[in-house]
Amino acid sequence: MGEAWQLVLDSFWPLLQGALVGTIPLTLISFALGLIIALVVAMMRLSGSRVLAGLGRAYVSAIRGTPLLVQLFVIFFGLPQLGLTWAAWPSALVAFSLNVGGYAAEIIRAAILSVPAGQWEAGYTVGMSRTQTLRRIILPQAARVSVPPLSNSFISLVKDTSLAAMILVDEAFKVAKEIAAATNEFLIVYMEVAVIYWLICVVLSGVQDRIERRLERHVVRA
Amino acid sequence: MSSAPDHTAATPSGSTPLLEVSGLRKSFGGTEVLTSIDLRVETGKVLALIGPSGSGKTTVLRCLNGLEQPDAGTISFADGPSVTFSEATTRRRRESLRTRSAMVFQGYNLFPHRTVLQNVTEGPIHALGRPKAEAQELAERLLDRVGLAERRDAYPHELSGGQQQRVGIVRALAMTPSLLLFDEPTSALDPELVGDVLRVIKELAEEGWTMVLVTHELSFARDVADEVVFMDGGVVVERGPASQVLGEPTQERTQRFVHRLLNPF
Ligand SMILES: Nc1ncnc2c1ncn2[C@@H]1O[C@H](COP(=O)(O)OP(=O)(O)O)[C@@H](O)[C@H]1O
Ligand SMILES: [Mg+2]
Repeated sequence: MGEAWQLVLDSFWPLLQGALVGTIPLTLISFALGLIIALVVAMMRLSGSRVLAGLGRAYVSAIRGTPLLVQLFVIFFGLPQLGLTWAAWPSALVAFSLNVGGYAAEIIRAAILSVPAGQWEAGYTVGMSRTQTLRRIILPQAARVSVPPLSNSFISLVKDTSLAAMILVDEAFKVAKEIAAATNEFLIVYMEVAVIYWLICVVLSGVQDRIERRLERHVVRA
Repeated sequence: MSSAPDHTAATPSGSTPLLEVSGLRKSFGGTEVLTSIDLRVETGKVLALIGPSGSGKTTVLRCLNGLEQPDAGTISFADGPSVTFSEATTRRRRESLRTRSAMVFQGYNLFPHRTVLQNVTEGPIHALGRPKAEAQELAERLLDRVGLAERRDAYPHELSGGQQQRVGIVRALAMTPSLLLFDEPTSALDPELVGDVLRVIKELAEEGWTMVLVTHELSFARDVADEVVFMDGGVVVERGPASQVLGEPTQERTQRFVHRLLNPF
């Protein structure tokens, strides 16, 4: 028993380090990039241009219809054959950003559509352009609606980044695999890394609750 | 009102048409909703647009405000844009109309995430580019006029329907348009709140604002409107002085409509 605890203690810092240099930055950066992609794709789908809307729809469909691990492998192992060679970290970043982009685009699109048409018209009647109305009137209201589903995507992403271990990105799960292989203590080490993921997600859920409560303050309850 | 349009002083009231509409047509997916509408509103006058539900009144207002693209016809403002519509008319041309009028909506359409004051200053600051302090000062003066000065920092959902609609009116006024458009401004209100809103509209009319008012409140229309236009099925059936169209309509359809509104049982 004492040995097991010693292993847990000894591996805690390397695992946490994996989370701090791999899991967490990978999650944060690809989520931020993914949101930008998502906003662009959502606008393409709502643009009224058949070509743009079709491209947006195809993108969302391809992302949602294929496994994330396959997307990751296509980018890391597949694209180099076309002469596009990536290091592991940027490959993972691109794969996760594109993936978040596909899911979040649908969330953002639905949130924008949930804002009543009268809000657009009120923006127009006080002289604002389409872009101004979108930015100042529609998106703030859509943001409120999209926080719960986007938070869920974010929390999924934290866990999905463990797939980056498959292309040897240094993150928490890769560290866990290495320690487990070296010590043969699979149960203890994998349980420990599971707890670390869990703790990160618990903290994030708390943050999500606070954001939601902030945004709820001035919501019209119909 | 302090921001009442100054053109009323410059032009002898009743002599110039501020707004002229001719041959306005609009279809939605093959169904013609407006069939060649002609309207003329003189500076400082109030035009009441009445008619059964579905007759096209809202669509007329939306076309005037550039929210809807007519298929044909001309909308022209004496002091501004004049647009003749065809398939080739660009969005930008249509939207140029919006600089001359502001709309008060049936369902208020206030911005729920902005305070009362921000609702009013949003357009002046961000669309008209007015200095913030100036926009706020005008907004406060206008809010004071409709009895809502102390609610400037409230959010729309904290207000009654009547208060929300008065904010809607102030939001339109703050754009200093030359024409105010009202789309059944009191029909979403509890009966006891209707009076407050109608009183504000009446004051505006008396101060010389030019307006097109869609309403089912016939006694109010008779009181404030200079001219009444009765629409049915996308055409103007009858028009004339308020007392005549509402008092002794000549067309049978108008007679039936007026009778039905005045004697609902
Ligand atoms: N965006 C739209 N798409 C399709 N039909 C519409 C649209 N807007 C209005 N209509 C139709 O046009 C007709 C006139 O509507 P509207 O102008 O709202 O009438 P009113 O305000 O007099 O009740 C109605 O038959 C309505 O169903
Ligand atoms: Mg209507």
